[in-house]
Amino acid sequence: MTDTIVGSGETRPAEVVENRIISPARLMWWKFRRHRLAVVSLIFLILAYLVTLLAPFVAPDDPSQRSRSLYAPPQAIRIIDADGNLTWPFVYDLTMTRNLETLSAEYAEDTSRPLYLSWFVKGEPYKLFGVLDMDVHLFGSNDGRIFLAGTDSFGRDMLSRLIYGAQISLSVGMVSVLLSLVLGLLIGGISGLYGGWIDNVIQRIIEAIIAIPTIPLWLGLAAAIPRDWPPLYQYFAILVVLSLISWTSTARVARGRFLALREQDFVTAARVYGCSQFRIIRKHLVPNLMSYVIVTLTLAIPGIIIGETALSFLGVGLKAPTVSWGVLLQEAQKVQIIQFYPWLWIGPAVCVVSVVLAFNFVGDGARDAADPFSR
Amino acid sequence: MLSYLFRRSYQMLVTVFVISIIAFGVIQLPPGDFVNSYLATLSGGMQITEDAVAALRAQFGLDDNLVVQYWKWISNLLVGNMGISFQYQRTVADLLGERLPLTLAITIPTAIFVYAFAVPIGIYSAVRQYSPLDYAFSLIGFIGLAVPNFLLAIIFIYVSSRYFGGNVGGLFSPQYELAPWSIGKFLDMLQNMSVAILIIGISGTAATMRVMRGMLLDELSQAYVETARAKGLKEWQLIFKYPVRVAVSPVLSTIGFTLPALISGTEITATVLNLPTTGPLLLNAVRSQDMFLAASIIFILSILTVIGTFLSDLLLVWADPRIKL
Repeated sequence: MTDTIVGSGETRPAEVVENRIISPARLMWWKFRRHRLAVVSLIFLILAYLVTLLAPFVAPDDPSQRSRSLYAPPQAIRIIDADGNLTWPFVYDLTMTRNLETLSAEYAEDTSRPLYLSWFVKGEPYKLFGVLDMDVHLFGSNDGRIFLAGTDSFGRDMLSRLIYGAQISLSVGMVSVLLSLVLGLLIGGISGLYGGWIDNVIQRIIEAIIAIPTIPLWLGLAAAIPRDWPPLYQYFAILVVLSLISWTSTARVARGRFLALREQDFVTAARVYGCSQFRIIRKHLVPNLMSYVIVTLTLAIPGIIIGETALSFLGVGLKAPTVSWGVLLQEAQKVQIIQFYPWLWIGPAVCVVSVVLAFNFVGDGARDAADPFSR
Repeated sequence: MLSYLFRRSYQMLVTVFVISIIAFGVIQLPPGDFVNSYLATLSGGMQITEDAVAALRAQFGLDDNLVVQYWKWISNLLVGNMGISFQYQRTVADLLGERLPLTLAITIPTAIFVYAFAVPIGIYSAVRQYSPLDYAFSLIGFIGLAVPNFLLAIIFIYVSSRYFGGNVGGLFSPQYELAPWSIGKFLDMLQNMSVAILIIGISGTAATMRVMRGMLLDELSQAYVETARAKGLKEWQLIFKYPVRVAVSPVLSTIGFTLPALISGTEITATVLNLPTTGPLLLNAVRSQDMFLAASIIFILSILTVIGTFLSDLLLVWADPRIKL
């Protein structure tokens, strides 16, 4: 990062730029764009959230639709058929035989029955966005059911469950972070604005929360959620539990920036000019600290997603029939499953790790971009 | 130094006080008071007399208001009476005494592991910035940050059971489970513990080495480094004598964040690996709403992190007299 910023937008000739005022947002975007990994991660995340919006359409199956293939392994997508010719992508149908010694099901590919994949396949009916009646899925096979990511103990399609699980896991991160944004800005703002004993009390509380190991505290708070609540209530309760701890980092940043900005000349100027306190906060303080807050939030989302996953994995967060990546990982509490049916946990694990990595990269890029005037 | 000690101790007491209020809040959160849920959990065969119920209510002041209840709880706690666990039918202090040593025996070596690896790796990455090894460490660092502890533990179980046929989980291998103490059993225990230490240590190391790298990079661009170089100091001697010493103290002071994370990691990893630390105990307590046990574990674990941070702060001030905030 040695380049100077003004007038060095990579694709823009310098003389065009110098003649006009460049908004800070544009400067930030230019700086963010230079962080390749962050841009790629951002695109990945946008796609991931798009998939959650269109989950019933993207998922080839209904996540609770059982089948007779229990614990079927993932089917490999092939493009070379039995005769060695290149063809349209297909998977081989699976035949199950029961091992008479261990009584477990064993699957083998039936090379005589290729199932060709195709786009826009008619399948289980569903309601898109809860209103549109549809039965076309993004992809699938017209020749039979396919399980690209294997099936679970009830023969349900893991790929569809992963896609539906993303709805919960990804939205928990977003909504929870918004909750902690409100809490953090409010409490941090009050702390930085009023100072004195209020500030003191708030700072001590934040210090105490930081000193408490997160997962034990989450566990303790989650214990209070009544077991007989409907899934939707539990979902919101988990959101609240997660954000009750994660607001502290936002509050610290907000307070620090408030304190620093309060002394700046433009704030004094606004005050001398007769602006009301509220207007100063809204027009001068908040826009100036927003970029820092966004960075903190981006970096807080992975922690929240991991938190939901960990709580659900331990069985005190969300529970079946709700599908989230953490709920899917619950299966991995048994050593036999970890060992013999690895696709049951590798799928959700890969999802969690890639989303967390992507948020970390975007956060890193955003941190560099947040202060576009720095070197 | 003495005035710092006083100020820091006062600050620590305030933190402990706030933590105790939060822990007390955790007890109060579940609906219904705990004697009722206690009675509800009793199985048919067990009898509890009216007197015992009344005694329990009196001991924890359940009929008083919250402030009095808090006062009774905290003053009981301070003399070591942390209440009873409904589920285990034993005192909480007893249960903690059994489980806490292992939590410490895993967390403390992990903390040492984290700093012992993160600081040298951070130094190397900063001095040889953009070298292949720096990229490799960065990559490992990002993965270490993104893979939560319990997933690492699952991956470990998978790899060792699948490819090495090893038995994973538990503090002892089956052949030592019931055997009397011997050198072999002790080594077996150490081996199982070291697995946990490795798993928990990786994410901490990943985070800390990034901080070390960043701090040292800032320091290396300072003018005094150039001066020292111009005066002909040997490169490694120069780096270790000045910038490393400056960069390392803020890194060590991150222990206030690292320690809670490590304890958090110990608890969840121990649950997956089935190690008898306070982790599985806490999980059971939470699942059955055994709130006295749960809150006491949370409280004790937090106190441990506070004391750990306090001690490391004192060490830092002793080592680096400029920090006197």
